[in-house]
Amino acid sequence: MWLMTLRIALRALRRNKLRSFLTMLGIIIGVGAVIAMVAIGEGAKALVKAQIASLGTNVLVIVPGASMPGGVRTGFGGVRTLLDSDARAIAEEVPAVALASPSLRRTEQVVAANQNWATLIQGVSPEFPQIRGWQVEEGRFIIDGDLDNAAKVAVIGRTVADNLFGNEDPIDAVIRIRNIPFRIVGILEAKGQTGHGTDQDDTIMVPYTTMQKRIMRITWVQSIHVSVVSAERMKEAQDQITALLRQRHRIQADQDDDFTVRNLTDIAAASSGTTQVMAVLLGSIASISLLVGGIGIMNIMLVSVTERTREIGIRMAVGARSRDIMLQFIVEAVVMAALGGALGIVLGVGSSDMIHRFMEWPVLIRPDIIAFALLVSGGVGVFFGFYPAQKASRLDPIEALRYE
Amino acid sequence: MIQVNSLISIRNLEKIYKMGDVEVPALCGINLDIEKGEFVAVMGASGSGKSTFMNILGCLDRPTRGTYRLEGQEVGSLSSNQWAYLRNHKIGFVFQGFNLLARTSALENVELPMMYNGLQSRERHRRALETLSWVGLGDRIDHMPNQLSGGQQQRVAVARALVNRPSLILADEPTGNLDSKTGAEIMELFQNLNRREGITLVLVTHEADIAEYANRQIHFRDGLITSDERSNEGKE
Repeated sequence: MWLMTLRIALRALRRNKLRSFLTMLGIIIGVGAVIAMVAIGEGAKALVKAQIASLGTNVLVIVPGASMPGGVRTGFGGVRTLLDSDARAIAEEVPAVALASPSLRRTEQVVAANQNWATLIQGVSPEFPQIRGWQVEEGRFIIDGDLDNAAKVAVIGRTVADNLFGNEDPIDAVIRIRNIPFRIVGILEAKGQTGHGTDQDDTIMVPYTTMQKRIMRITWVQSIHVSVVSAERMKEAQDQITALLRQRHRIQADQDDDFTVRNLTDIAAASSGTTQVMAVLLGSIASISLLVGGIGIMNIMLVSVTERTREIGIRMAVGARSRDIMLQFIVEAVVMAALGGALGIVLGVGSSDMIHRFMEWPVLIRPDIIAFALLVSGGVGVFFGFYPAQKASRLDPIEALRYE
Repeated sequence: MIQVNSLISIRNLEKIYKMGDVEVPALCGINLDIEKGEFVAVMGASGSGKSTFMNILGCLDRPTRGTYRLEGQEVGSLSSNQWAYLRNHKIGFVFQGFNLLARTSALENVELPMMYNGLQSRERHRRALETLSWVGLGDRIDHMPNQLSGGQQQRVAVARALVNRPSLILADEPTGNLDSKTGAEIMELFQNLNRREGITLVLVTHEADIAEYANRQIHFRDGLITSDERSNEGKE
């Protein structure tokens, strides 16, 4: 029975190939748009998620200066209030904090043999890779011994390794920063770009003591990176760090903080919220086109019912029940919608792939969205096919047989 | 009063159409019995009520008053699904304009009634072939209606009416769109159906020479039966 109804429906659709195709086009475009738009939205979300992960989990950054507006402040790192002893105190005295590393950064021209490259030099402690969730690919990272004697050792990022050494092995090679020779002891694994497109691998890490004494010639640090033991204790850690630093910096109760504790995950989460909104927006716009496609199906089914009034009369005269007629037209609408849905999936997946290839946007095609799109298009067929089918099933056979 | 063995038994049948506030009587109290195996011609001018009568006979329209029994079963009180069942199993229709499905082969047109009674496709196929051969179109099964002559199309329609082995075939001016020679061929087909297969036939016509093929002629006028004549021998 069902198979036969399906065959009848397919034949009816084949009879008006162009019309059926144009009607399906609404669904094809609708489903294709939903899949492509959701793929773009999901791709952006996945990218942001990856970026959050690349920041390291549960990371706080302490920078000098209050984040409150008011008063004149110098630029980042210009305020000389944070010391490496603050970092040590935070690591030792705040229970919610697992690790802490001072950080100093400056861009310098780096020379290796006959190559040179401008890159970001970061002065950090041995804990830094753990805080940021970064691995050393080859060699070793900075060790405590390097800090004690401000050793002239460097760990380089993948981009720096590629630009200065090409295919040669950089380990134990010597590079010059501000004409000071540094021995390369390790290479960091590739980490990729940040959310703002900065290449994180375009960097060189040296002991922060070396950075302070030999390169920047300062005694303070520019920021302190801290990893908190768990996500639940972020707020607690933030409060404890604030209390500790206020005490260490001898800030009176009525005075503002001379530092700011930033939660990088919060900032990233805000940006992921934006992407979420974008994904929902894209998805809903695409859903509207699916709705319009459904209306197209309803329109054509109504035309079809009118055109085939006599056929309906004949079928009723030879014994078709109202529900046989109804089923026939609903199946026709559903076949049209589902076929459109299937082609729409091909279009959606294809265009997502094109967007990925030619525009280099991240896309993520979710199989559940594909299943959902197919289900929805079938549902659109039932929903928009119902009224025309009901109209057909309620025709008076006498009138229908007489219809010209 | 009611003859149990009658195929059709009609008592005090009335049909009134409402056109806005005006009531138009189409049938004004018909009494009629048709026995199994009869070949009845229904005649009358247009507006005489014969079409309304045929629609009620074919379970397409409900009477306003009165009773219609088909094989002893009161039909007027049945649901529309039960009517569909009766149309499918007990009644075959042949129309003036053939009413075949366009762009559908002769075979599939004949298979159509069997699509609504759950027969397996092989059985449908076999019976449609058999019936088409019976009406003399065994070599035209794959032709579309527009590839067939009027007479051939009407033969397909007869095969379609016949294929579910109904007890009653209703033909509404079946020769109206055919030339007299083809019309005569179709009438001979009906006569064969009636005599050899014992199928009861009710045929509407306004041509006296067509009505002569039947062995009973009923005349309608203004919603009433004005004459009801039996002739044992139909036209040869």
